[in-house]
Amino acid sequence: MKVTLRGVRGSIPTTSPHMSHYGGNTSCAIVSEEDRILVMDGGSGMQQFNLPEGTGMNRVDILLTHLHLDHIQGLGFFIPFFNPENDIHIWGPASTTNSLHARLSRYLSPPLFPVQLRELPCKLTLHEIENSSFAIGPFTIESRFVIHPGPTVGFRVSNGRSVFTYIPDHEPALGANGLLPDTKWLSGFDLAVNADLLLHDAQYSYQQYPSKKGWGHSSMDDAAKFASLAGVKHLLLAHHDPAHTDAQLDELFADLKKRKNYSFNYELAAEGMQINLP
Amino acid sequence: MPAYAIEIILNRQLADCLSMPVFITDTAGNLIFYNEPAEKVLGTRFEETGEMKVETWSTIFKQQDDEGNLLPPDSLPLVRTIKDQTPNHKTFWIVSMLGKTEKISVTAYPIIGRAGNFLGAVAIFWQVKDAS
Repeated sequence: MKVTLRGVRGSIPTTSPHMSHYGGNTSCAIVSEEDRILVMDGGSGMQQFNLPEGTGMNRVDILLTHLHLDHIQGLGFFIPFFNPENDIHIWGPASTTNSLHARLSRYLSPPLFPVQLRELPCKLTLHEIENSSFAIGPFTIESRFVIHPGPTVGFRVSNGRSVFTYIPDHEPALGANGLLPDTKWLSGFDLAVNADLLLHDAQYSYQQYPSKKGWGHSSMDDAAKFASLAGVKHLLLAHHDPAHTDAQLDELFADLKKRKNYSFNYELAAEGMQINLP
Repeated sequence: MPAYAIEIILNRQLADCLSMPVFITDTAGNLIFYNEPAEKVLGTRFEETGEMKVETWSTIFKQQDDEGNLLPPDSLPLVRTIKDQTPNHKTFWIVSMLGKTEKISVTAYPIIGRAGNFLGAVAIFWQVKDAS
């Protein structure tokens, strides 16, 4: 299983040269194995992605954690949508009010966007998921609702040998006492437990988090503690705050490493990073 | 053990911030959390007892009406909420194991998750200040 990060910025894309190392595109990761490709989230990082030519591959599965704009804004520019031979499946969290189609159409329709979902030439299938288990090619996937405003899921992707957990927007520390060490009371724990690789929200520094409580995101400290409680082997801190430059991120991360001594591997996620799992 | 649904976790996080006694049960009525104000009502600490089976925690109080008659369990708000998955409210007297008598109102509501499934119930105890 190969995991490629195409967007690790949170909230809004950035273009500053001072943010080019970690990248300015919003949430998107490509997971590939054999002839199957999963696109995790549809942030601006999904632009310019296309299926490899000459391989006969025509199916893509897009797994949306939620429908905040930074996770769907790339959809309108997703090249495979515009090929009538492609078979594209979008998996996204169910809501108690509107269908996934209706909610995605709020963005993919005028006046916000000129092309409507129903006008896309590809074969498009939408799947509403909750606390679900499903299979796509060689992958088995678990989705679970996690703490973030609006219906939001995280994903646990397994190829039978390795586990990649993807929770880019998550605030498990929400509450008076922060992260609860009893893992029964830890949002997202079932998704992350013993994962080989976890990409997790780490938008804020621990000093910033108290003033951002309830916004749905984590501090770097809480993300690392969450990974530690879940027994994760490798943590990627992601969803970088759009105000944080590369230098500031490096500084915050160095400070975290100075204060916390975790035995597992953890690092800042960067656009273009590739991780191969068995 | 798998983690609780986030709807349950968020109810606990809310209860942690409240000054009213709050009890959270699973779908079978087992007490899975109570907050600090509820610890005063029960006379025990959650950190010490952990979760309590329904048969354990249901014996901590006796419930009485204004005339001192014992109330059947099925008439109590939390029991009704777990059974019917509807909100319930009632005012009555409780007698603790230590013999302390107190008039309270109880509001109970079901936790129905995003998927429409019943996940548990919450009971909030309100101390009634008698005008007399």
